[in-house]
Amino acid sequence: MITEVVYTSPDPQLTYAAGRELGHLLRGRDVVALHGPLGAGKTQFAKGLAAGLGVPPDEPVVSPTFVLVREYAGRLRLYHVDAYRLTGAEELRALGFDEMLAEADAVIAVEWAERVADAVPAGAVHVEFAHVGELERRLRATWSDRARLARFAALLDPPA
Amino acid sequence: MGEQQVTDAGGERSPSTVILGIESSCDETSAAVVVDGRDVRSNIVSSQVDLHARYGGIVPEIASRAHIERIGPVIEEALAVAGVGWSDLKALAVTAGPGLVGSLLVGVTAAKTLALTRGLPLVAVDHIEAHATSAALVTDRPPWPAVALVVSGGHTSLYLVRDFDDIELVGQTVDDAAGEAFDKVAAILELGYPGGPVIDRVARDGNPRAFRFPRPWIDAPHADFSFSGLKTAVLYRVYGPGQKYGSAAHLGPQGVADVAASFQAALVETLVAKTVAAARRARVADVVVGGGVAANSALRAALQAACDAAGLRLHLTPLKYCTDNAAMIAALGYHHYRRGARAALDLEPRAGLLRPAPCRARNARPAADARPA
Repeated sequence: MITEVVYTSPDPQLTYAAGRELGHLLRGRDVVALHGPLGAGKTQFAKGLAAGLGVPPDEPVVSPTFVLVREYAGRLRLYHVDAYRLTGAEELRALGFDEMLAEADAVIAVEWAERVADAVPAGAVHVEFAHVGELERRLRATWSDRARLARFAALLDPPA
Repeated sequence: MGEQQVTDAGGERSPSTVILGIESSCDETSAAVVVDGRDVRSNIVSSQVDLHARYGGIVPEIASRAHIERIGPVIEEALAVAGVGWSDLKALAVTAGPGLVGSLLVGVTAAKTLALTRGLPLVAVDHIEAHATSAALVTDRPPWPAVALVVSGGHTSLYLVRDFDDIELVGQTVDDAAGEAFDKVAAILELGYPGGPVIDRVARDGNPRAFRFPRPWIDAPHADFSFSGLKTAVLYRVYGPGQKYGSAAHLGPQGVADVAASFQAALVETLVAKTVAAARRARVADVVVGGGVAANSALRAALQAACDAAGLRLHLTPLKYCTDNAAMIAALGYHHYRRGARAALDLEPRAGLLRPAPCRARNARPAADARPA
């Protein structure tokens, strides 16, 4: 059974596409923890997640940095959280994170998840982003749900 | 009750509508007294920038607590400076969104409480619409119809303003706001927070043509913006191929100034070109600009030059009404009040726009906002 998925995305469109594939696999109460520096593709991936969750394409998924949480309605509700300006898990709880977690048909994507690591539940899927080239990014996903992790790997790298 | 009588500066007694505005959407606590939507009698702004600077951004819990401490004194000072009492007021206007919910809640709760205890009507105001109409505080007559550029930490949007209550969103950022791009580039260049003023200052010593950064969608036939790729291009310029530099230190002061100036030039040129194009498409002769980034000196100069060249009248909001302030809330609140708008006492703050944009076909946009060439 695979324990991690490593994928090299050549450009933002495919980072978006990778997010969309993961979005297809998500169920209520899932948490997606996105890790990595500025400009590494977290928001791009989250836009894809939204598309995979059925958020209508005419609704722009924009950076949540300023308002900290944005909410979108698709097949499931998506809470897009940005911890860039948060100082710890307590700050995240003050935004109503526990209430979001308790919603049966909502998923949460958290950017800069390493800043609020204590609040991220054990069952979360973690995606780490790293710069490779100007457009190229390396994505590394880990998830305790190995079955869905394997399906994610298959969707990223379809058999020829 | 009849019209309130207020003595104006000229000493004449005329029926006037005195509105108290309250604003707490982000990191400024503000209250203002404005008469008839134009005559600003007081505009008290208590900034929290110092509280948040060491975190590189606004910390929501700290912001909420600071608002709670300041809202009462700020309101009292606004009334005292204006020389009006509660009985002079016709209505309360409050920012109900968009913004940080915890921050908005403080102003909205104060306004609802005062509306109830003082028996005053309450009017809910959209913060971004207030920025879009703030230039009317100083124009001889309302400049509508106009295209309004609203640029701030959380927003980069173009509106077609036909009247105070007829405001249509025609374009917006699909990823980062202009102010956010300033903040993030300032973080990359290790210049501190907030990024807008410091980049504006550092850029004056830099060459805006030193680096050619992308101008996303500058010639596109729509009014949307995308600044995420611009931020990434700056990141690559600073850290070098393969991220071989761990910081901006290798650039030296002149290199930092050149990157800041070149980044600012790319962002400003994009904002200006798209604003002028939107005005042409809407066939209006007036352009207004509001929001915190409208305080940027390079943006103001470039907008003026471009509007002059295009035969457009530019109405720049004065600096004190560009950053978050309650005068613009009271002013737009006045126009809503006159048209009969009233908010119920169960008014709740909203993180998003009070009047969300209607769904529009965006099929012409790429699904992923790849950096345009």
